[in-house]
Amino acid sequence: MIEQPQAARILVIEDEAPIRRFLKIVLGSAGYGIIEAERGRQGVELAATAAPDLVMLDLGLPDMDGKAAIALIREWSRVPILILSVRDGETEKIAALDAGADDYVTKPFATGELLARLRVLLRKRPDSEAPSAEASFGRLKINFATRGVSMDGSECKLTRKEFDVLALLARHAGRLVGHKQLLTTIWGAAHSADTHYLRIAIGHIRDKLGDDAADPRFIITEPGVGYRLKSE
Amino acid sequence: MKTRDDTRPAPESFLDAARLEDPGWHGRGKLKIFLGASPGVGKTFAMLEEGRVRQRAGVDVVVALVETHGRAETAALLANLEQLPRRQLDYRGQVLGELDIDALLARKPTLALIDEFAHSNAPGSRHPKRWQDVMEVLDAGIDVLTTLNIQHIESLNDAVAQITGVRVQETVPDAVLQKAEAIELIDLPPEDLIKRLHEGKVYLPQQAGRALENFFTKGKLTALREMALRTTAGHVDADMLAFMQANAVKDIWPTEERLLVCINEAPVAKALVRTGKRMAERAKIPWIVATVLTPRHEALGPDIRIVTQDALRLAETLGAETTTLRVESDAAGEVLRFARSRNVTRLVIGRPRWRGAMMQRLMALWREPVSERLLDNATDFEVTVVTPHARVERRRHAVSAPAPQQDWHGYGAAALGIVAASMLALPIAAWDAVPAGAITVLYLLAVMLVGARFGLRPSLLATGLGFLAYNFLYTEPYYTFSVSRSSDIVSLSVFLLGAVFTGTLASRLKAQIETMRASQARTETLYEFARKIASATKSDDVLWGAVAHIAKALNCHALILTPDAASILQQVQGHPFIADDLDAGAQAAALWAFHKSEAAGMGTDTLPNSEWLFVPLATAGKPFGVIGVKFRDPAHARNPETRRLLLAVEDQVAVAIERNRLSDDLAGARVSAESDKLRSALLNSVSHDLRTPLVSIIGATSSLADAGATLSDTDRRELTVTALDEARRLDRYVQNLLDMTRLGHGALKPKRAAIDLREIVGRVRSDLARVLARHRLEVDLPRDLPLVDVDPVLIGQALGNVLENAAKYAPIGSAITVSAEAVGASVRLAVTDNGPGIPAADRTRVFDLFHRAARGDGAPAGTGMGLAIVKGLVEAHGGTVHAEAGPNDVGAHVVMTLPASTSSAEAEDSAA
Repeated sequence: MIEQPQAARILVIEDEAPIRRFLKIVLGSAGYGIIEAERGRQGVELAATAAPDLVMLDLGLPDMDGKAAIALIREWSRVPILILSVRDGETEKIAALDAGADDYVTKPFATGELLARLRVLLRKRPDSEAPSAEASFGRLKINFATRGVSMDGSECKLTRKEFDVLALLARHAGRLVGHKQLLTTIWGAAHSADTHYLRIAIGHIRDKLGDDAADPRFIITEPGVGYRLKSE
Repeated sequence: MKTRDDTRPAPESFLDAARLEDPGWHGRGKLKIFLGASPGVGKTFAMLEEGRVRQRAGVDVVVALVETHGRAETAALLANLEQLPRRQLDYRGQVLGELDIDALLARKPTLALIDEFAHSNAPGSRHPKRWQDVMEVLDAGIDVLTTLNIQHIESLNDAVAQITGVRVQETVPDAVLQKAEAIELIDLPPEDLIKRLHEGKVYLPQQAGRALENFFTKGKLTALREMALRTTAGHVDADMLAFMQANAVKDIWPTEERLLVCINEAPVAKALVRTGKRMAERAKIPWIVATVLTPRHEALGPDIRIVTQDALRLAETLGAETTTLRVESDAAGEVLRFARSRNVTRLVIGRPRWRGAMMQRLMALWREPVSERLLDNATDFEVTVVTPHARVERRRHAVSAPAPQQDWHGYGAAALGIVAASMLALPIAAWDAVPAGAITVLYLLAVMLVGARFGLRPSLLATGLGFLAYNFLYTEPYYTFSVSRSSDIVSLSVFLLGAVFTGTLASRLKAQIETMRASQARTETLYEFARKIASATKSDDVLWGAVAHIAKALNCHALILTPDAASILQQVQGHPFIADDLDAGAQAAALWAFHKSEAAGMGTDTLPNSEWLFVPLATAGKPFGVIGVKFRDPAHARNPETRRLLLAVEDQVAVAIERNRLSDDLAGARVSAESDKLRSALLNSVSHDLRTPLVSIIGATSSLADAGATLSDTDRRELTVTALDEARRLDRYVQNLLDMTRLGHGALKPKRAAIDLREIVGRVRSDLARVLARHRLEVDLPRDLPLVDVDPVLIGQALGNVLENAAKYAPIGSAITVSAEAVGASVRLAVTDNGPGIPAADRTRVFDLFHRAARGDGAPAGTGMGLAIVKGLVEAHGGTVHAEAGPNDVGAHVVMTLPASTSSAEAEDSAA
């Protein structure tokens, strides 16, 4: 392993050697440092001792449940965790997100997609977490201080809740925000299962931003899991 | 019985012989009976001595039950023998010590000593009789020594009772005796026995007391001794016969003669059977016991009919062939026809019950005098007439008494009838032209009507009342009960006679009609039951139908029990309900019925103290359960009618179950053929669709690996893209396989939520960006489209498959349209393309697994799974999918109908 002071270091916890090998090449060539672990326990230990900037975790590990590994890491660390999961594992994905994971990619994945996710997660590294007053996503501009939203310079009138939803997505731009996180943050823990609130609010936001759910430019639906604001 | 065929050795006889000679044979145990002419001859003593001798010879001997009756010499013999503790039974406050059969079976000695073969067990024991216990012990392969007095042998029961004047109730069937390997006669001259009695060495049971003292006279003892000797000799004869059979000695029975015993419901029936047995045995000829049923018998009460049933059963246990003949009339003729057809030479009949010629004549008018006719016509037979032993057996006058309430109705009607007849008669009598006879006819009419409607006794009352009314009103002096004119005396007498006769006939008619009705009702319910279960396709339905029918027809509580996976009998059906409180006795009876394939519980010989009667249910000889019934009135359990109905139901159920099993097998065979076809289609699909992409991937990547440096950038890029595309195709294929498997296992559980279809379309569009790159995707979803109640991931996948299919066939650059409309409570989501479309004949089949529409244009082959998965996914949501021709008959139009969500605008405010 080559120590590069500037490069972010990624801990890959994955039991399949071919995948580890291929990730090593892809991530290495993208300029990241790599720490490998082929078992969950080993991975959790390395997460504590090697201080990685991001953890990439396969949910199907032979020695322990992926969710348990996330919970163990989350006991003391806020390091971003990216899950590698198989398709159709919606329940697994949601459980992992609830346990504290930040995002997921579905296996098999294209490297472009993986690297985009990594960039988003690494952009919000703890040390760079100084909330900016304004954010823009193409034609969409959001001012957190004034709670103003504009599209191509013209103002969009959002209700308080609608703004809260959009702001939360914007602060995690490019990252998946789960239903539960959105609901508990904005409506309170009592409404953590009322996904229809969210569906209606998102519908209104899309209408006001002139976005089409059938061909979204801003808010992407991750069916059954959550939403994501397009960041690039 | 023995026929001429007996001269040929039966196969069994070789087996028996082989068994006797082979000491290692561990089958049924051997039974040895110590037989005595009377108590006190020393049977128990002899049995214990033999036990000791066998023990010294190294045999494992256990004394299962021996009564010492406090005699020191007997107790001394017991000293060195292992004794089994008795089972203590509490019966009406009295503790009774009985044979502990379970302990004996568990101990499993080689030889068990069990005293008093004919003993009746205390109520609550498994079998009513000890000899039945012994049979079970023998079945378990344990040898048994036991003791028996001559008067307890069933066929000698009558004879002994006649000699001694004492009838013992405890009897052992002769058939059981014949199972004994050996019978040892314990003989003591009468003088010695009487001496022992006086010395107090003979135990007399308390309850027998004085009666037994009369027993010990020299004459009686001599007669009994002779009988015992003869029985033993008979057994020796049987052994001899067995020997001759085994050694093929011929011509011992040159005769084909048979003896026929005719019985009816008269109490003498059993005595006739026993007499028949003795005669047949002495003459060494086979014997038959027959009864004739005429319509008159059908009208008899069950209490009377049971006499015949009991006698027939007795005959069977004594080794007779039994038969029931049915005729309309001329019972005597039928008996003789039957007798001639079976080469019968001797007839045994009972003496007519009506003594005195006059009475017999009178009765002959009323019913057929079978005995007399037999005596008259059976000239070519040797006929033995047996007189009932009046002191011994007396007919129970248990004429089926109608319910009291009905009686009152009948008697009321009798009174009313006579009053009505008198009222009618008054104006007629006032008319001089009418002869006095017409009045009596009116009364006769009333008697007849009452008889036909209410039976014999009300008709007799009507007769009496009519007699009095006629006497009072129409005989001089009028309005008194005295008669002065002799002509009136005559007409009164004629009326009386006529009325009794008419009333009797009418009541018989009534009884016959009722019986016919009852039997018709029985047939009808049985037919209805048969029809009902014939249409039942599930075994559960058959069993349910069966319990419901039994419960209704027998007015009882009915159950069906079948063994579960752990082979424990469980109640599967119950009518009116499953009985949770089945006690241990009932459970034991159910188990017995199941394992031994014979009835057990109430009314049978096994566990008769149970409240329940259990009969086995079997198909093709294999038991699969038991029927249990509990009656409010225990007498039902013994009624042969009940058994007959249970038997009929059992047959029907067995047939239905068997039929269902066969049709299940057939369906199973069809399913397995179907899945065989699918399996081979899947195999084809896997070998083709899985390999093709792999060929490209391996080919492309191996070139890159081996010769990457020498390839041009364009070629390298070309190879990489090929490998990538094929890998993606492989991924989709594997996904399809997985979906198919999950659909096939029913493991697919949609997580439904109210979803905007636009969101699903948006997601699918971005997922399929690469697949749809060469087509224009047009989305036409109305803004006011209701939400759908579906699992977004699964329906997204379904839509993706349809779109992929469209992209495969639609010309490059053409538009693929996704549209939707609300129709009632559903939403129709349609995908339309401009491709070649789906031929009308294929529009249903495209959704079949591995169906590929035949196309000659070299269009890319599908996996044959895509649309089948769509169908599975949509149907898992309760929706439907179908294919149509596109607009203007161009292209394909696939429509998915999905349930709309009912919760469209809820909580709008909270969200805002």
